[in-house]
Amino acid sequence: MLEIQNLSVTVEDREILHGVDLTVGDGETHVLFGPNGAGKSTLLMTIMGFPKYRVTGGRIVLDGQDITSLPVDERARLGIGMSFQRPPVVRGVKTREMMEACLKEKGDGETVTNLAAKADLSDFLDRDINYGFSGGEIKRSELMQLMAQRPHLVLLDEPESGVDLVNIALIGQLMNDLLQKDCPMRQRRCMGLIITHTGHILNYVNARTGYVMIDGRIGCGADPHEILATVKEKGYEECVRCLLRNTPEGKVC
Amino acid sequence: MSESEKKKAQAAANKPAVFGEDIDLNKYVGAAELPPYQPDPSRLPARVKEDMLQSGVILDDSSQRSGTYIQMDNAPIHSSIRQEGIEVMPVSQAREKFDWFADYWWRAVAVDTDKYTAGVEIGQHDGYFIRALPGHKTELPVQACLYLSKARLAQKVHNIIIAEEGSELHIITGCTTALHEDPGIHMGVSEFYIKKNAKVTFTMIHSWSPEIAVRPRTGVIIEDNGVFLSNYVLMKPVHSLQMNPSAKCVGENATVRFNSVLIALPGSNLDVGSRVLLDAPKSRTEIVSRAITTGGNITARGYIEGNAPEVKGHLECRGLIMEGNGIIYAIPELKGTLAGIDLSHEAAVGKIAEEEVEYLMARGLTRQEAAATIVRGFLHVDIAGLPPMLGEQLKHAIDTSEKDVM
Ligand SMILES: Nc1ncnc2c1ncn2[C@@H]1O[C@H](COP(=O)(O)OP(=O)(O)O)[C@@H](O)[C@H]1O
Ligand SMILES: [Mg+2]
Repeated sequence: MLEIQNLSVTVEDREILHGVDLTVGDGETHVLFGPNGAGKSTLLMTIMGFPKYRVTGGRIVLDGQDITSLPVDERARLGIGMSFQRPPVVRGVKTREMMEACLKEKGDGETVTNLAAKADLSDFLDRDINYGFSGGEIKRSELMQLMAQRPHLVLLDEPESGVDLVNIALIGQLMNDLLQKDCPMRQRRCMGLIITHTGHILNYVNARTGYVMIDGRIGCGADPHEILATVKEKGYEECVRCLLRNTPEGKVC
Repeated sequence: MSESEKKKAQAAANKPAVFGEDIDLNKYVGAAELPPYQPDPSRLPARVKEDMLQSGVILDDSSQRSGTYIQMDNAPIHSSIRQEGIEVMPVSQAREKFDWFADYWWRAVAVDTDKYTAGVEIGQHDGYFIRALPGHKTELPVQACLYLSKARLAQKVHNIIIAEEGSELHIITGCTTALHEDPGIHMGVSEFYIKKNAKVTFTMIHSWSPEIAVRPRTGVIIEDNGVFLSNYVLMKPVHSLQMNPSAKCVGENATVRFNSVLIALPGSNLDVGSRVLLDAPKSRTEIVSRAITTGGNITARGYIEGNAPEVKGHLECRGLIMEGNGIIYAIPELKGTLAGIDLSHEAAVGKIAEEEVEYLMARGLTRQEAAATIVRGFLHVDIAGLPPMLGEQLKHAIDTSEKDVM
């Protein structure tokens, strides 16, 4: 279980998240909506543990362990994995090397070749990580690396943005694979927290709960399809109004 | 050789080099006692063999090489061949043997370039002569080792490499020393002649010590459709190393590639460049250099000149400053003298990007592993055209250097 309690985060001396609460139960997948600049990526980067995202209040608890001040690599080894919205290019380091490094930790018989075939990236293994990749290729490569890592908390930052219609189904497949969607809920341990700007991904992944984040605050734990319908119809303004009512005293939307 | 060359050399005996610290050659002694000829190099002392192996020279398994030349200080102590169509011998012997020898002596490098070329001409000298006969292709490399063992010695070497028409030659040269604290200087002239449709790959691994000065002087002439591919790796500290090998494409479609990987540990001063003159139509070049400092100083030069139609050149120079107060000075230069040429360069100097380290850490690598992975990636230039075995050896040399850096 992932519990985020009253989390405030500052980036370069500016508070971006103001007291965020969120709980993801074992086997559940939750979706985070919100306009550009709301702080969605900031939340994921903070859960992953990047030092630039400074926690100034609250805590992050994974399976009962307070991980708020653990370094990135230790969180990765605890089973947190993230696909980045805009990962850096790493010149000279081949995608294959990265995959091998991710797999080494696991050793569950999975192979780089297999995973690359699944992600339709067999020809990309000998290219520098993300170097000259298209938007969609970056997304698939991120998911492929996560499949090698096999995290049990999967954080996906806009996995569908920049992906064309042909490839979006493949992205959906990879996500379901990562989130063990073919596994009955009771046995599934994998948790997911997915940022989606457009909501397209809801057509492919079954998510239990959705939230809207606006200006560093979170509200509306509701059916993600309903949220999407509201946003589509009335825009995020409606959610702003809703969040304004969501005072520190009464957190019900 | 000829009187006029001796005269030119005398006149240039005190001429400083264009780049690099001006070394006082009077500090060094000339001749060392001559070590005995060694018919079976696998019987050299284990420690010597180990030093040589570090720089890529394999003496225990002769089946991995098509020829071997070893020079200890100023004397050739071994030369042998295992493949037909290849000649490997001391230049002193080649001079006696071939009446055309003078056509290749000081023709790719000017004898009066500076005091170091002059010094090689004036002093006692030998070196290797390696030639591939027309149409002959080696798969296994020819290896040459230049070993500096005597303290305060000026090691003077003059090499001639000829790839006759349609031939293919792979050479690995290891330059190394037995000295650890004592000074010494290595002065090495290498002249390459690559004829029509011939290909030479030249892999040079330098492994010196903190008091050694090194002044290689290299010239390459490439004819029509000829290919010259040079890979240079410098590992271990060195007091002062300056070189600026120059290749001249005189034939149509000639191709040159210089890759260099330089590691400057504290106390090292490196000034390393590559020069290519594209003098014939459609000739092309790529110069790629990677420089890492952990406290030493590096000047990384690159110079491409386009003097003929449809030539193409690219220069890529990247430097990484690991820590401390090392300096990397990247100087890429392009000169074009007519329309229709295509020359470009990219240069970047910086430290390891924190964003990249953290990205790898998010995949479960420790900070140390992430940094090492990035450094290794930085150092591994893509080497096309080398036989697999040499590629592996080059990779091994680079991995060894990476350990010194991390
Ligand atoms: N690394 C960063 N450096 C500076 N500002 C940042 C950084 N990351 C996020 N921000 C700022 O924080 C706010 C929230 O950004 P972000 O979390 O990326 O939003 P979202 O993902 O919801 O679009 C924005 O105003 C953005 O400019
Ligand atoms: Mg974002």
